[in-house]
Amino acid sequence: MIASNGEMTSHTIAVLVENEPGVLARVIGLFSGRGYNIESLTVAEVNAKENLSRITIVTSGTEMIIEQIKAQLERLVPVHKVIDLTLEGDHVEREMALVKVRGTGEKRVESLRIADIFRAHVVDSTNESFVFEIVGAASKLDAFIHLMEPLGLIDISRTGTVAIARGLSAM
Amino acid sequence: MPKEQYTGAEIVLKVLQDQDVDVVFGYPGGVTLPLYDVLYKQNRLRHILPRHEQAAVHAAEGYARSTGKVGVVLVTSGPGATNTVTGLTDALMDSIPVVCITGQVPTSLIGNDAFQEADTTGITRSCTKHNYLVRHVDDLARILHEAFFVAQNGRPGPVVVDLPKDVILGRGEYTPVEAARPRSYKPKVKGDVKAIREAVKLMAAAKRPILYAGGGVINSGPAASQLLGELAHITGFPVTLTLMGLGAMPASDKQYLGMPGMHGTYEANMAMHDCDVMVNIGARFDDRVTGRLADFAPDAKKIHIDIDPSSINKNVLVEVPIVGDAGHVLEDLIKVWKSSQVAPDAKALDAWWKQIGKWRAKKCLAYRKNGKVAKPQYAVDRLFQAVKDKDVFVATDVGQHQMWAAQYIHFDKPNRWMTSGGLGTMGYGLPAAMGAQVGNPNGLVVCVTSECSFLMNVQELATLAQYKLPVKILHLSNGSMGMVRQWQEMFYDNRLSQSVMEAVPDWVKLADAFGIKGLRAETAGEVDDAIKAMLVHDGPVLLDVVVDPLENVYPMIPSGAAHHEMILGPTDAESTESGSDVVLA
Repeated sequence: MIASNGEMTSHTIAVLVENEPGVLARVIGLFSGRGYNIESLTVAEVNAKENLSRITIVTSGTEMIIEQIKAQLERLVPVHKVIDLTLEGDHVEREMALVKVRGTGEKRVESLRIADIFRAHVVDSTNESFVFEIVGAASKLDAFIHLMEPLGLIDISRTGTVAIARGLSAM
Repeated sequence: MPKEQYTGAEIVLKVLQDQDVDVVFGYPGGVTLPLYDVLYKQNRLRHILPRHEQAAVHAAEGYARSTGKVGVVLVTSGPGATNTVTGLTDALMDSIPVVCITGQVPTSLIGNDAFQEADTTGITRSCTKHNYLVRHVDDLARILHEAFFVAQNGRPGPVVVDLPKDVILGRGEYTPVEAARPRSYKPKVKGDVKAIREAVKLMAAAKRPILYAGGGVINSGPAASQLLGELAHITGFPVTLTLMGLGAMPASDKQYLGMPGMHGTYEANMAMHDCDVMVNIGARFDDRVTGRLADFAPDAKKIHIDIDPSSINKNVLVEVPIVGDAGHVLEDLIKVWKSSQVAPDAKALDAWWKQIGKWRAKKCLAYRKNGKVAKPQYAVDRLFQAVKDKDVFVATDVGQHQMWAAQYIHFDKPNRWMTSGGLGTMGYGLPAAMGAQVGNPNGLVVCVTSECSFLMNVQELATLAQYKLPVKILHLSNGSMGMVRQWQEMFYDNRLSQSVMEAVPDWVKLADAFGIKGLRAETAGEVDDAIKAMLVHDGPVLLDVVVDPLENVYPMIPSGAAHHEMILGPTDAESTESGSDVVLA
């Protein structure tokens, strides 16, 4: 039996859906209509032949709420499968960010040095700006962005988390 | 050889025929004209024209609930579609299978704010089980068949199919029903055997058990109701039925305790509170049933059977969840119970029934004697006495009269009771009764209503007249929104803010104006004769019964209280004993 008054924990949930109009609105509407949190949500087609898309949702709640979220997702007609990667065990999570930093002189050099440590790549450059591409866990991106702030951070675009189980199992 | 081609309108008709639909409740308009033209040229499918699209959906609900079939609605774009929203939400909350076909502006105009354009799939996304916008005529048959599958399988509900005018006019291929199954939607109907065994173990060890059944049993079909009765009889357990579940067990059965919840019986609520094992079969621990959650059945181990996994552990955490259709799970539960030769604790059960007997002795549904005018309970009770030997279908509106109908009209069969349980939609009763009558042309259909609810869809009297639907309307005149007034009296120092309706029509003249028979009983003494006159009349009747305007619904668990904190009646503050000034119902 699950606990009702447990702590809030973060869960990464993968949802395989029919790639049809309105399916994303349906998922988002479920979260807003029932007052659940969305920390991150990504979606893209993963199988054109079978017309399937995969949605990755990072959400948080008590055990009871997380169970509700999964049950509510599962009963949507265009949903094929729901997997709670956090509960299923080992998985890999990645996010990508494009980070624009404006600066000259020592600050500009420092930003390059930090980017090197984080294995971020320069994908655009002018005399006084860089756009870095960085991939990693959300926490790594947070740390990178935090370090770029004093160096002239002016713009950020993040993809949100995508995730997949380690090992042989597939959705 | 190329497949035969049909117009979109022809495909719609063909799907309805293949789905064995015999009636649609609809209202024509600009973009559905080609569909209505095809309807005109045939006479296999019956079309009923309610006077408002909201009423069309409620009528389809009444039809669905009284026949067990899918209710079908056909409306035009824009306002036609937006008017269905209340009905669709009602069907969603009460799990009623409805397919609602809405017209839409041509695909080339979608998004252009065209005349009578509304984002129907956007608007109805959260008030339907699922919805579709058909973009190509070749997809039309598949999507419509799928809509019927989704509406009636798993937990039933309303499905909208939005049809742009160019799809209705276009030509395409027909997909037969066998080839149209949703790829992703496969609801689980069989319960997990291990969980069922665990449930039987818990039930066998119970000393104070209760079966708490709801609309899921009705939705599963009449066989599930039979099985519920069988389970009750082989276990000897008491049974309570929710507002949605009334009729799933004969009310005349000795093991039946009445309805639980806010206006449920004392014995049902006390048994729910004191039980040690609760078996929930197709009910959803609604707040009107549970009262204060922290004190809900505090000593009970709970088993929950529901076809919708999201109903389980939503409000109340349970020890044994069983996902599956009520009928299937009941069947397996009975098998396991019989084969494992369990011996329930007869002594404990006997003591439990003795305790229940004491609660029953409170006669919680007793009401005070009539004055010159009738008590509303009396009017409903007399109606029941007059129809109880007939196979009667009852629809209600929402409020006090709805609760009195639930308390005093007793059902021995499923699919006889139509009421708006989840959404509490005033205006539901008349169109729902109309739909039930269409589905049961020879059945006796009664609508119990009262002024404020009745006025919300009163235009449907014209529909009754047009189709000669002999619905008998028992209309209680109490001058106000009774339930709102009751709460204002009890919790707001009787400040009757906007709950009194000072101007209402003369109901008999109104009936006359609509071309149906109107009757009135102004005193308690006239009630029986008026009911008799209503029932013998061969056609629709509106019987207006003037009732005591200050009567309240009891027993009552105030909002936020627990089951054992019931108020039994107006004098309950001084004593919980029934006074001498009562008659027994």
